Amino acid sequence: MALEAVIGLECHIQLRTNTKMFCSCPIEFGAAANTLVCPVCLGLPGSLPRLNEAAADMALRLALALDCRIRERSVFARKHYFYPDMPKNYQITQYDRPYCEGGSVPVQIEGVTRRFELTRIHCEEDAGKTFHPERISDRRRSRVDYNRAGVPLLELVTEPVFRTAAECSAFLTVLRKLVRTLAISGGDMEKGQLRCDANVSLREAGHDGLGTKTEIKNLNTIKGVERGVEAEIERQRRLIAAGDRVVQATLLYDADADRLAVMRTKEHAHDYRYFPDPDLPILTLAPERIEAVRRSLPELPWQRESRLAEQYGLPAYDAAVLSEPRELADYYEAVAGASDGKLASNWLMTEVLRVLKEREWSLEQWVAQVPATRMAAFLARVASRQLPGPLAKQVFAWMLEEPGDVESLLSAHNVAVQSSAESLEPLVRSVMEENAKVVEDLLAGREAAFGFLVGQVMRKSGGQAVPQTVQQLLRAALDARAAGG
Amino acid sequence: MSTEGLWRSSAAALAARVRAGDVSAVDAAESGWAGPAKLWEADVHAVAHTDAATRRANAESTSRAGALAGVPVLIKDNLCTTEFPTTCCSRILAGYRSPFDATVVRRLREAGAVIVGKANMDEFAMGSSTEYSCYGPTRNPHDVSRVPGGSSGGAAAAVAYGLVPVALGSDTGGSVRQPAAFCGVLGLKPTYGRFSRYGLVAFGSSLDQVGVFARHVEDVALTYAALAGPDPFDATMRLGAAPDVGRFDSGVEGLRFGWPAGLWAAGVDPGIVEALERSATSLERAGANRVPLEFMPGEYGVAAYYLVATAEASSNLARFDGVRYGFRHPGADDVLSMHAKTRSEGFGAEVRRRILLGTYALSSGYYEAYYLKAQRARTRIREEYAQAFSRCDALLMPTTPTLPFRIGEKSEDPLAMYLSDIFTIGANLAGIPGLSVPAGLGAGDLPIGVQLLGPEDSEPNLLRLARALEAGGDRARMGREHETEVAWPSRR
Repeated sequence: MALEAVIGLECHIQLRTNTKMFCSCPIEFGAAANTLVCPVCLGLPGSLPRLNEAAADMALRLALALDCRIRERSVFARKHYFYPDMPKNYQITQYDRPYCEGGSVPVQIEGVTRRFELTRIHCEEDAGKTFHPERISDRRRSRVDYNRAGVPLLELVTEPVFRTAAECSAFLTVLRKLVRTLAISGGDMEKGQLRCDANVSLREAGHDGLGTKTEIKNLNTIKGVERGVEAEIERQRRLIAAGDRVVQATLLYDADADRLAVMRTKEHAHDYRYFPDPDLPILTLAPERIEAVRRSLPELPWQRESRLAEQYGLPAYDAAVLSEPRELADYYEAVAGASDGKLASNWLMTEVLRVLKEREWSLEQWVAQVPATRMAAFLARVASRQLPGPLAKQVFAWMLEEPGDVESLLSAHNVAVQSSAESLEPLVRSVMEENAKVVEDLLAGREAAFGFLVGQVMRKSGGQAVPQTVQQLLRAALDARAAGG
Repeated sequence: MSTEGLWRSSAAALAARVRAGDVSAVDAAESGWAGPAKLWEADVHAVAHTDAATRRANAESTSRAGALAGVPVLIKDNLCTTEFPTTCCSRILAGYRSPFDATVVRRLREAGAVIVGKANMDEFAMGSSTEYSCYGPTRNPHDVSRVPGGSSGGAAAAVAYGLVPVALGSDTGGSVRQPAAFCGVLGLKPTYGRFSRYGLVAFGSSLDQVGVFARHVEDVALTYAALAGPDPFDATMRLGAAPDVGRFDSGVEGLRFGWPAGLWAAGVDPGIVEALERSATSLERAGANRVPLEFMPGEYGVAAYYLVATAEASSNLARFDGVRYGFRHPGADDVLSMHAKTRSEGFGAEVRRRILLGTYALSSGYYEAYYLKAQRARTRIREEYAQAFSRCDALLMPTTPTLPFRIGEKSEDPLAMYLSDIFTIGANLAGIPGLSVPAGLGAGDLPIGVQLLGPEDSEPNLLRLARALEAGGDRARMGREHETEVAWPSRR
């Protein structure tokens, strides 16, 4: 029996508002424990939540970017469960009337655009963090940090649309690119700014029903998602192959050991007792507000990708690489606009990205050393065939270490580009004399020998001759010889 | 100038004397303790938390300029104050001190009022008799064998016996109006969203409103003016400025009061029925018009109320778990048992009962049948009131079906206790204002209250009608003061 996997993702996106969702405490990663708290996010008696409108606007940005259906009047609900890092023992979230539903994320996979459909996105508050347990004189103690309590989150739920782990990671890569472009989240999975749970089940290939699913939590990197899902598909496949049943369960993925552990099975399912939060009015997203946010949307990654391909004539792969991160795309466009799109793409894809990798430079460091105008001026020289290839690479290497334009770099290193007939004609003459046989062949019609002669002149110039000039001079000399016969 | 008898002053008169420099804020604030407290407090037990040093410090630091300059105000123990504990009279909040003031408390201070302590109450405001306090019951100063009503019984009793001229309570289903009626004082529950709930420890969030006790209509108006109005810390507030209640003494000529006599055709104490008739006649004499109407609001009101209130309470009280503050059971060895033991021992029986009821009402599979249906009933009740108010400016009706009952009479019978709210819960379900006004004494010289209900933001009209009843003078027992007569309790 051929099995196929059916996977759905639940992603939590931490919004990068200045303050928390229902109070004015600042949001910072790595602050001392319990220093970013107030009566509201601690849930002290008598405190009441008040919505941070900036969070609602960020939520709208994501929904509009993904073509979701916006609900103009959505409802905050309370989700109840007892846990020490939940200050009120309920979480303010959205339940049966979330602010948006539907929509999809376009993802390029092997050159084809797939649209992965979403069930919904909703807003909710984050909980604190519990640290277990520590022994203090014979007693086990847990500690709780509430700095994260009340940080705004978006929960994005996909339909069960993925069939492979690779699709999941491609989806997450696009989602991360998107939240960064929209400037609504850092999207850093290791800092918990983007979190992902996966629901995995197997079924007979080509069938419609769904098998028993398991949920994998604790997937902290895109690679981790791919490997965790892969491992779970394999585990279920082995179970089914051995004639066993998959039991509905929540699993934890341990990235270090690349292993899954069962956290709880279905028997411990909660009754969350959802009901509308009476402390918060209905969240009204009026058409004017929706339109204002829509107008403020930046060009989206996939829009930019296709525009780069079209405007600069780039292959799809180059356009994909150069559109993320946004700073790289901005740099590329600044360079390409002042030189040549294809040439700029070639140099960025091969040389610049290689340097960043080898030297472990950030793009910022690169831009500080080689601003777009400097890079563009350099490429303009290359494009106008004023800089022979080997010399161009040499100049590029100097640019990483030294200041100055191409001209001053050349003169600083005592290199004179030989582009004048006066300086090159003697070289052409001597090459023709040294290769009399080749010249005769050429005159007899063996055109292929022409390249050989050009190469000889280039070598004699120490790579500093401009090939076009050499070609012109050689052609003229040959023509003269033929005419003079 | 002698400060003897100062405690009999209205808040308005007291503040005027403090502003004039005639009386010090300390003397004004201490007047109740220097006078009637010595006679009453040990038996009545209206106060849960106070101490002389803090009262004095508050009085010394208060502004002498505000509308309530030097006026001592007692605060129900479910409103947050920074200098006194805030325990909701529950063991689970033993020793808890709030790091912030409730918005209404802050506004009182800004108006020059002196916070003098915290009033006794039914635990977490759940009760109608102030018998369910972890500090023991409050007694009715008119008859200490009887209850003062609840849940704001301490605040009502303190105003009744003269400890303070003004006190704040909270009203989720009648918890201000019912004890006001039982203790013979005024009790206002404002329109939902007019007084900030920030700093009021939540019971039923969609029903809770802070309310005012006073002996004089003018004092209710003064306090309303000081407290009402938008607060960015409470997202459920009404937008825009609160209505002006300054013209409470402008008469009632032409005001129409609804007379739903069918409501008290059966099951209401005859003394209360007589008091209603006297009140109606008094209003007519003052120029208001009686509009008889058929009105049986909320046939399902009590049921709907106890579903909504308990559901919200079960959620609001989830945060009391021993982790962050208040009582923590010492004998637990993991988180789950700490939660369970802390909550089992920290909450009293009535609170546990309501948490269980509310948890059940919200449970998967029951939510639609109970909570959603109750919300639909609530919408109906709101419409019924709106319809009644299309024919009149306010309704005149009983505050309670009975006179104050005996201590212990209903404390073992929750259903009987719940039914004592039958005339008051409608205003909470509909979000409209209600004012209980003293209407003389009934059998056994026990106080009677009649209730005025109006549409949203009708506080100015309710106060005008109450002022007409007050001026009608149907409440005389003790000496005249500030041209109004107050039914002081007599020592029995």
